[in-house]
Amino acid sequence: MRLKKNVQEIGVSCLFILFAIIPILAPAIGEAFYVDVFARIMIWSIAAVGLNLVLGYGGMISFGHAAYIGLGGYTIAIFSFHEINNGFIQWPVALLISGLAALLFGALSLRTRGVYFIMITLAFAQMVYFLGVSADKYGSNDGLNIWNRSEFKIYGLDFSIDDNLTFYYLTFTILILIVFLVRRLVNSRFGMAIQGTRSNESRLEMLGVPTYVYKLTAFVISGVICGLAGILQANFERFVSPDMMDWPRSGELMFMVIMGGMGTLMGPVLGATAFLVLSEVLSSLTVHWHLIFGPLLIILVLYARGGLGGIIDRGQKDG
Amino acid sequence: MEISFVVEQLLNGFQLGVLLFLLAAGLTLVFGIMDLVNLAHGSIYMIGAFFAATMTLALDSFILGIIIALPMTLVLGMVLEFIALRTLYSRGHMDQVLATFGLILFLNELVRIIWGPAGLAIPLPLLLDGSISLPLGIVYPTYRMFIILIGIIVAIGLYYLVSKTRLGMLIRAGASNRTMVGALGINIRLLFTAVFGLGAMLAGLAGMLIAPINQAQIGMGEDILILAFVVIVIGGIGSIRGAFIAAIVAGVIDTMGRAFLDVLLLALLPANAAEAAGPALSSMLIYFLMAVVLIFRPQGLFPARNG
Repeated sequence: MRLKKNVQEIGVSCLFILFAIIPILAPAIGEAFYVDVFARIMIWSIAAVGLNLVLGYGGMISFGHAAYIGLGGYTIAIFSFHEINNGFIQWPVALLISGLAALLFGALSLRTRGVYFIMITLAFAQMVYFLGVSADKYGSNDGLNIWNRSEFKIYGLDFSIDDNLTFYYLTFTILILIVFLVRRLVNSRFGMAIQGTRSNESRLEMLGVPTYVYKLTAFVISGVICGLAGILQANFERFVSPDMMDWPRSGELMFMVIMGGMGTLMGPVLGATAFLVLSEVLSSLTVHWHLIFGPLLIILVLYARGGLGGIIDRGQKDG
Repeated sequence: MEISFVVEQLLNGFQLGVLLFLLAAGLTLVFGIMDLVNLAHGSIYMIGAFFAATMTLALDSFILGIIIALPMTLVLGMVLEFIALRTLYSRGHMDQVLATFGLILFLNELVRIIWGPAGLAIPLPLLLDGSISLPLGIVYPTYRMFIILIGIIVAIGLYYLVSKTRLGMLIRAGASNRTMVGALGINIRLLFTAVFGLGAMLAGLAGMLIAPINQAQIGMGEDILILAFVVIVIGGIGSIRGAFIAAIVAGVIDTMGRAFLDVLLLALLPANAAEAAGPALSSMLIYFLMAVVLIFRPQGLFPARNG
């Protein structure tokens, strides 16, 4: 047990060390674009950690989390469109909007069960998608360019994220903070209750736990984390479009969580890394990479349920 | 407002409705009986359109093209079920969603390799290329009328099949209690393959019918698939009757919303607000309808399975 736990810690530490040194490593081996690839990986990791809270720990199969990424991103883009670039205004409002959307959609969706829950979360996400598509003023299908990244200026403090290296390490810091936050959360009383609802909700209710409120809270936190990923994505790409909240994005996000192992702390980070590295590698081999990627995903779902994290995380569960 | 315009939009709504029904019928049977969420149903719709387009161009006849393409999609459906989907029956819904999502990526790419990235356009069949006059001075495209007609014929045929034949009896029994049907000595695997093939053929037919209007193109299945899911959730999973009613309601509401919602909003809101809100609200209407139905009747309007 002790050994396995060490293996997990070593694996995860290696990944984070890799994240930390990529901006030095990539130019050294003459592949500077890896910095961008890894910035994207970390942004998607944040979103996957957010989804994992409901999907992995709570057993709520949300097929619409791209909506919260989109709402976070669009809030930044719309502020920037109206030339309000102050991050101290942009970011809290974007988080608030994703959180409120998650509160509304979650409150209604959580009244349903099973496959109906999958479908209603999908329906709400498609509503948000079509809101983006029909927003003529904000570029509809073509999307919206963001000319200036968020600026953090207040009382003499002037923090700029225009520089890609600064942005990279900001994302890195946020990822670490989010992972620690979720770790604290799932190990708390609240986290135990959430995991309890996954295995036996009625028993928890009998014990006097207000499961609906707990699940909804988890759903909102998860939506806010995805909104944060959207804020970062919009700033990083300097662009948003309805495509970032179309339903295949929700599917991909689910895959990242599954790939790394549901309900494990570091699984989503591993999964997002594996998913994006794999698509990067395959797409460099052939234009028709989906022909390999599709069946690979099917095999993964059918035969590797625990995912990558599951393999190295098992030690922790046993011990 | 012209009454003829209203009727025309109503007919357009019906036309979208019957297409949705053709897709939703197969989806709801597969969902109701095998408990399988199949996202790749939209890919079969797309491949059906490509089959029909290829055959039409090769044989120079749309009708012949459809007649040959229909058994082709039937076989495609049964092969897909046999190779890939059969293993998913025992899995949870999330696994099914994800695995069939992978299947969509694969099938889209396969179509891109076989037919190229551009779509395949076919002309309207000569016989149906024109308009017909209806009472009240309404002129309506013959081909769209033809789609509505085919849809209604299929709906009646399907109703007969499900409620009057032995196969239909098994389908209904399977939807209400799968285990019991198996226990009574019915070859459940064969039934599943047959039902899946039937559903695939109906989805293919929908793709074939739309091909002369919208052309066969990659990704055409994805958007309409989500609408078909909305339809079966509103109608109640496993119910053909529910799927038909919900499909027509969804088709009409969607089309009428796009045509008239901004006019309606104009009466309530200032002009620029109405203009901005109109398109957004009308494309969200049926998702909104689904949310309302699920909140007040979580099992859909006509659930097939009792308890």
